Amino acid sequence: MNNLKRGSVAIVGAAESDLGAAPPDTSPLDLIAQATHRALEDAGMKLSDIDAAFVSSNQMRMVPQNVCEYLGLQPRYFDSTNIGGASSLTQLAHAQAAIEAGLCTTALITYGSTQRLASRALASPREYWFYESVYRPLLPVGGYALVASRHMFEYGTTREHLAQVAVAAREWALLNPKAWEKKPLTVDEVLNARIVSHPLGVRDCCLVNDGGGAIIVTSAERARALKKPPVYVLGVGQSISHRFISCMRDFTTTAAVHSGKEAYAMSGLSAKDVDVAELYDCFTITPILFLEDLGFCPKGEGGRFVSDGNIAPGGNFPVNTSGGGLSYCHPGHYGILLLVEAVRQLRGECGPRQVKDCEIALANGNGGEFATECTVLLGGPSTV
Amino acid sequence: MENVKDLSPLAAYVEYCKRGSLAYQFCPDDGTAVFYPRVINPVSGSPNLEWRVSKGLGTVYASTFVHKRGEEPYNVSIIEVDEGYRMMSRVEETAPDKVKIGMRVRVRMNREDENRPYPVFVPMETSDEQS
Repeated sequence: MNNLKRGSVAIVGAAESDLGAAPPDTSPLDLIAQATHRALEDAGMKLSDIDAAFVSSNQMRMVPQNVCEYLGLQPRYFDSTNIGGASSLTQLAHAQAAIEAGLCTTALITYGSTQRLASRALASPREYWFYESVYRPLLPVGGYALVASRHMFEYGTTREHLAQVAVAAREWALLNPKAWEKKPLTVDEVLNARIVSHPLGVRDCCLVNDGGGAIIVTSAERARALKKPPVYVLGVGQSISHRFISCMRDFTTTAAVHSGKEAYAMSGLSAKDVDVAELYDCFTITPILFLEDLGFCPKGEGGRFVSDGNIAPGGNFPVNTSGGGLSYCHPGHYGILLLVEAVRQLRGECGPRQVKDCEIALANGNGGEFATECTVLLGGPSTV
Repeated sequence: MENVKDLSPLAAYVEYCKRGSLAYQFCPDDGTAVFYPRVINPVSGSPNLEWRVSKGLGTVYASTFVHKRGEEPYNVSIIEVDEGYRMMSRVEETAPDKVKIGMRVRVRMNREDENRPYPVFVPMETSDEQS
């Protein structure tokens, strides 16, 4: 277990940039700056309050320099960890450690992408790796498809179960005015969509959007003096499992088992305490595995757990209330947007999709093809 | 034939492929089969890795078929090789969607590029297991 202190820091500002399809010649930095400005307004703070920058991007080689130059920041501390979609969640743990150690007081965590504008091929070029590349696995989807095939084999998970994840995400998205998708989706439409990498079809795959987000993190003490109720960091956990999918040790158990265990231990909480879960959904198989690995249902039961509207609006356990990467927005790394939605749910800012009495939120970020998991537990003012 | 000891892990692997052999590394210190090839054993940290040639038999552990627009679907599988390691490969000589987890397979070298042959697998006949 880590030695970070439950509730020592809080998220005090959270915002998205414009999402969806950015106008021509927009740069990822434009979106990062827009999200940062909005997150600072949300916090009632100014740029000069930030003394640490935790930034990530696939489209810049030296992201801290790019971001700090653009924003005019001269931070005392900075970090550009890139572990794919879990980056911003891991950076929240890094920011907490840095604040506790006195390396900084107020941290900006931000990510932005113009992958739709620039094309996926240019925004996230694939590494050539002989032992896989010669077989043309069509990554990332192929990696998730291989995992799904094994889960289906071992536990009887079906394509219908996968489709339920997409349908639930769409129902949440229809309650979120910022979501990309605006039309209802049925299980049959998911099942009959073009196969990309079996068992995953087009509707099992996340969106490809431009967009970004930012959060502002500061000490609990400073947070209490700001305009909005603090969202406390109760627990964080991180785990790396592999880099290439063929090296994943057990295809039906992810590193979220370890990241979750650490986050729960730090927070003193367990799955039954969680009111809402924001689980990285780049493909429909991922929330199924995370629900199992984070203790919301037994191993192998994820497919049945997501069925019958259980994770959709009106169900027993709300998952991906923004509409997720499947129906709201997926800008390449989706982690920052998991945190933004969790913060809004805990503050009660979500209008028609608001989860009632929401006091504890869990976010699980995923990077690579189940290569890295980072679990974060957040809580409102009643939890500290 | 070059001495594989002088080659990088990847070059040695490809050299074995050129000879028609599916090679992997074995660590005599702890008996670990190591794949992909590297300069140290990730289990023990030992640099004592020997090259061995696999019998080329395995079982499909996970499988997908990729269907790109305007292309024929093709198979991508994870093979559990009998010597105790997994690798990505492709099962050929059967329809890409007919490859099943648990299927027994045998290696074959794909030599479309003579400079960089690579191993694929084909379904085994029952009689193969006895030979």
